[in-house]
Amino acid sequence: MMDSRRILVTGLSTYWGGRLAQALEAFPEVEAVIGVDNEEPQVELERTEYVKVGAQHALLRRVVEAAEIDTVVDTRLVVDSATTTASKAHENNVIGTMNILAACSGADSPVRKVVFKSSTHFYGCEQDDPAFFDETMARAHPPSTPIERDIVEAEASLNEFAEKNPAATVTILRFANVLGPDVRTSHIHLFSLPAVPMILGFDPRYQFVHEDDVVHALEHAVKHDAPGVFNVAGDGVLALTEVAGLLGKPYAPILPPWGTGLAVAALRRLGLRIPAEALAQLRYGRGVDNRRLKASGFRYQHTSREAVLKLGEHLRLHPVLRGGQEPYRYEREVEEFLRWSPHVRDVRERQAGSLSRDQLIELRRLLGSFAETAGMEDLDGQSGAAAERLATAERRAAEAEQAAERAEQAASEVAERAAAEADRRARDEVERRVAERPPRRIGSPPEHYDDLAAEEVIALLASLERDDLQTLRDYERQHANRSRVLSAIDSVLARGETRV
Amino acid sequence: MAQSTRTPLSLREREPGAGPLLPAEGLKRHLPGVEPDRQLNDWGRSERVEGVFDATLAEFFYRYWFRAEVEGIENVPAAGGALLASNHSGALPPDAAMIAKAIKEEHPHPRPLNITVEHFFKGYPGFSMLIPKIGCVAAHPANVHRLLFDEDQLVLVFPEGRKGTEKLYKDRYRLRRFGRGGFVVAAMRARAPIVPVCVVGAEEAAPVFAQLGLFKRLTGLLYFPITPTFPHFGLLGMLGYLPAKFKIRFLDPIAFDEEGLHEDKALVQTVAHDIRARIQENLWDMLAHRRSVWFG
Repeated sequence: MMDSRRILVTGLSTYWGGRLAQALEAFPEVEAVIGVDNEEPQVELERTEYVKVGAQHALLRRVVEAAEIDTVVDTRLVVDSATTTASKAHENNVIGTMNILAACSGADSPVRKVVFKSSTHFYGCEQDDPAFFDETMARAHPPSTPIERDIVEAEASLNEFAEKNPAATVTILRFANVLGPDVRTSHIHLFSLPAVPMILGFDPRYQFVHEDDVVHALEHAVKHDAPGVFNVAGDGVLALTEVAGLLGKPYAPILPPWGTGLAVAALRRLGLRIPAEALAQLRYGRGVDNRRLKASGFRYQHTSREAVLKLGEHLRLHPVLRGGQEPYRYEREVEEFLRWSPHVRDVRERQAGSLSRDQLIELRRLLGSFAETAGMEDLDGQSGAAAERLATAERRAAEAEQAAERAEQAASEVAERAAAEADRRARDEVERRVAERPPRRIGSPPEHYDDLAAEEVIALLASLERDDLQTLRDYERQHANRSRVLSAIDSVLARGETRV
Repeated sequence: MAQSTRTPLSLREREPGAGPLLPAEGLKRHLPGVEPDRQLNDWGRSERVEGVFDATLAEFFYRYWFRAEVEGIENVPAAGGALLASNHSGALPPDAAMIAKAIKEEHPHPRPLNITVEHFFKGYPGFSMLIPKIGCVAAHPANVHRLLFDEDQLVLVFPEGRKGTEKLYKDRYRLRRFGRGGFVVAAMRARAPIVPVCVVGAEEAAPVFAQLGLFKRLTGLLYFPITPTFPHFGLLGMLGYLPAKFKIRFLDPIAFDEEGLHEDKALVQTVAHDIRARIQENLWDMLAHRRSVWFG
């Protein structure tokens, strides 16, 4: 059912690019996920390949052609002017989109589908707006903020692309304001303040979409053929006072209805940034008609109200969880090792068969294209040599196939052996544990102990057991011999004794 | 125009419309469901605020101040979308609230009424917050269509628009031009009936003696009327209605069952003129039978 097998995700370093790539990896029918971006990915990816390239169309074209990309998902669009400067946003939104489309267009392009992540900022917010925008409605006024102008221009170039490439399916998804625990937007920032700021005398209507629904909608557009424009927004339009109520916060009409711009400039000095497009929403609000996407078979998991409730839960939990886990950092060498090294067992053991088949297809394709180019080059001359090269290429392909099969066999053997080995080790370990039960890790201090500062060590002490404490005390005395640490250990030990 | 007022409104004779079919037919079932925990609906209407407004101000004015009398309430359909078109008057017009209250009080199947208002209200602080909560919706063709066609609701329009509320006391009960017939197009597109409504009493309840252009510009309001109580009693003076007797008459509905009627501009104009003439005739009739402004 899914025609998209080789997918290019642009903007891999953005939140959406990363989330989408993670989601696409899970589909077995997707052969390849390739992510491009100027910046490194921010999330851990299993089989997505990252290519460090921005929106240079010549380079992108080579990637697209070499990998025979059939589907491009463009997630780069900047829809929040607080995240970057206006000129950078313009460069990314308008010029970047143009370049990416240039890389996908042409009669010989393998691209069959383009999915573009847009925003309902496309419609703007004006006094004489309809209560629900549907996809066919044009703006009554020209765009008034730089971001809106960018989005309108980017969509225009997409329309042009669709006209010139009638064979390609072009899907534009216009997302409403996104809420969720992981994504960061200006509106979430406003909602996480102690009180929800409002413009005096206005209670705008808002529609939200949960971050999971955003990813699912992009997935939906990849999986199904749904040409055209779709609004993506959860059911239900909430008034801002209602949003504040759901978040359990008071609302603060701190912005005056007249001279709002001045007040916003003053607030910006104080560190609260309200971007122009968000300000327009705070005054007039916006609702969109989400029925077209639903008619195409998509089901939302969250209504607007539920998205707000989820955000509220997160905001209450956030101060408790803060600093819990370390953010992921992309290390090129590590990622390459994990993907390609023959010594990596973990992944191979789990999916030995499927992975080597993937590689086999990859290899075949590569060699096939090599043979093709070899043939092409020699059309204008030595056809004998060409035939010979073709034969060589074919032979090599066959060899590669055999090699891959051998590799598969070897991998499964390795897996079996590894499983047996692991089994035996586990048995040994249990026996050993039983044999030497009381002293567990004599003589070995916690890992990286020497890197820890005195305060950090002291903070750790409470969680250690008696034997470990003894060990640690010996180790500390022999090595750093910090008196603060030693006395802290002693006191913890003493406390343990009195308790027992 | 004289003969157009007599044109029969049965539109069945017309050939099937040449216009395109409504593409939105299939989307009706994808309307968002109702979340029972919410107090507001998607248009911003608040049950609570509306309930308070209905139980206090509307109740007082309807029952005791204007002592409203209603005729022809059975002409308001009990189900499905319907467009009510009424004459309009008064500084802060009391007629809309009274029609809504009349349906709530007198109709065997009372339904909420969506009152279309100028876009101006969405842009004016205070009004912007309050107006949607009591059931007012901006008079955008897309809004009217969604309410009538998709949500099967009652919608009240004042085809005279602002020109109706701006007119002075000396011009009372003389209907202004009915816009460009947009309300007829909306009803035809949604294939919803139009119910013409005549209101007598609102002109005397809030008579406007003059309009001050300068103050209108200074305050940014839609208009700046001089009434018996405004502006010298302040903004609340807007509510200082005189106790005129209200009479509301709902006329026979005009049905548009065929698709694509709205494509025919001539037909739209004819129907708009005809509705205007019917309301005007009935207003003269009601005024002729009225013995006293205050007691009916």
